[in-house]
Amino acid sequence: MTLTTDRRGFLAIAGGAALAAAAGSNEAHAQQVRTQARIVILGAGAAGTALANQLVDRLDGARITLIDGRPLHWYQPGFTLIAAGLKPASYSVSATTDWLPRNIELIADHAAEIDVEAKRVSMRGGASVEYDYLIVATGLTLDWGAIEGFSLDLVGTNGIGALYAGPDYAAKTWEAMNRFTDEGGQAVFLRPATEMKCAGAPLKYTFLTDDFARRKGNRGKVEIIYAANNKTLFGVPIVNEKVRMLFEDRGFDVVHDHVLKAIDPGRKVLTFETPEGMTDLPFDFTNVIPPQRAPEVIRNSPLPWADRWTDQGWVEVDPQTLRHTRYPEIFAVGDVAGVPKGKTAASVKWQVPVVVDHLVSELAGTEASLTYDGYTSCPLITRVGRAMLIEFDYHNNLVPSFPGIIAPLEELWISWLMKEVALKPTYNAMLRGKA
Amino acid sequence: MKELTFETMIAVFEDMFGAWLFWSLVAATVVITALYLYVLIRDRKVGWKKFLIAQVFMPIGAILAVVFVMIVTHSRMADIGGPIDVIIFLGIAGLGAVGMAILVYTVQSLLFRPTPDE
Repeated sequence: MTLTTDRRGFLAIAGGAALAAAAGSNEAHAQQVRTQARIVILGAGAAGTALANQLVDRLDGARITLIDGRPLHWYQPGFTLIAAGLKPASYSVSATTDWLPRNIELIADHAAEIDVEAKRVSMRGGASVEYDYLIVATGLTLDWGAIEGFSLDLVGTNGIGALYAGPDYAAKTWEAMNRFTDEGGQAVFLRPATEMKCAGAPLKYTFLTDDFARRKGNRGKVEIIYAANNKTLFGVPIVNEKVRMLFEDRGFDVVHDHVLKAIDPGRKVLTFETPEGMTDLPFDFTNVIPPQRAPEVIRNSPLPWADRWTDQGWVEVDPQTLRHTRYPEIFAVGDVAGVPKGKTAASVKWQVPVVVDHLVSELAGTEASLTYDGYTSCPLITRVGRAMLIEFDYHNNLVPSFPGIIAPLEELWISWLMKEVALKPTYNAMLRGKA
Repeated sequence: MKELTFETMIAVFEDMFGAWLFWSLVAATVVITALYLYVLIRDRKVGWKKFLIAQVFMPIGAILAVVFVMIVTHSRMADIGGPIDVIIFLGIAGLGAVGMAILVYTVQSLLFRPTPDE
């Protein structure tokens, strides 16, 4: 990855890459498979959009229908940067239709029911569509109602942040964090006990708040507490140990086995469930992250695991192929997939080609060759200007993309550059089915 | 990062500088490089005095390139954290220096035709 301002060097690289790209696209067209299959994709987020674009390239004659009622597409990896005042809220917002191929049908409505026997999806508006293959890419639901006393109207007031809630809420979270790091007090950070999207984000935001306090010369009047939901700070042991060291270095206090249950905005108190009972922690600033679950339409369907994540409802898929274990014509991709790791855009980028391979191979009558081994990536920001490029798989192994060049457990400028400038264009390329 | 394509590279730079600034930079590069080749071919030799003056401007080019990148990426010198960061940093400075030398040499050559003693 070259991230320099040199124009001539860039053009030289670009010339070579252009030839390679041209060769690649010819190859892709030659491999198109003819089919009459009706493919329905539930959700036009990162996974659904990337899938639609790749399938359009690979299939000739397929009827692809995308169902999503939201007019806006959110670039969610940008929320942390918005909540750090580095980007405006508009940085993460585009139109869903900006990214879609022309020859698919978009139903701008929300799915209300999935009938897996009749192979039919019904919409809230009453319409329904039948499928031969269904790809579930709905994303997940943030269960704000599970935090007693919380409402999204509170974000930006009383020291309450909630950067997961969306671009505008991330901007309001920045206003609250900016005020807090001016005035000082006690910040309390936390994460839910459910599976969650980007498990690194709560840590990043803790680091960023510390960094802003230091830059303003106010670290002395700021206390930072991280309330972990279990006995660890991060699910991957080697990363957990590194984060523990960094937390110690930065002077954060850590409490374990704390799960947020309620917030009292007036008294500025958070109530946690712990093994010893309910515990209160006062706060002057906090970033509320609620429990996360599959959308209702999925939880009310026969698709979720029956014996795992029963309170969350993730879709029961084979972790390697992302194909449903009971309904072979159904796949799940992205946050809603019931796999042990990776509710991130990086996971989506690795999952999409696997699903495309299995679907297209089946339609072509050939054997699929790709599998997904749980790859996910987290540019774990440790301050403005530095990050650790952490990549790992199902087995908790580190799987660095640039071994020997970019060390995964070191705070590096290049990792920051990747998060701040290279990630969004890479994400956009993925949406278009190009990467 | 799974793979790096030409389109992704273009998109990275557009996002980094903004589309308008990026394509202006590309246009400026093409024009300056073309003019540089033009004066070399026109004069059929390197003016060593002009070359020396161009070299004097190299540190300024290096500093400008570094400051530019630091500003657009919200970074500081203190963020350099490992060997790869030093390499990237030196690369940016080096490219800024070379770019500035070419620019200064070209401007001099366009303004002053070579004298007989050059």
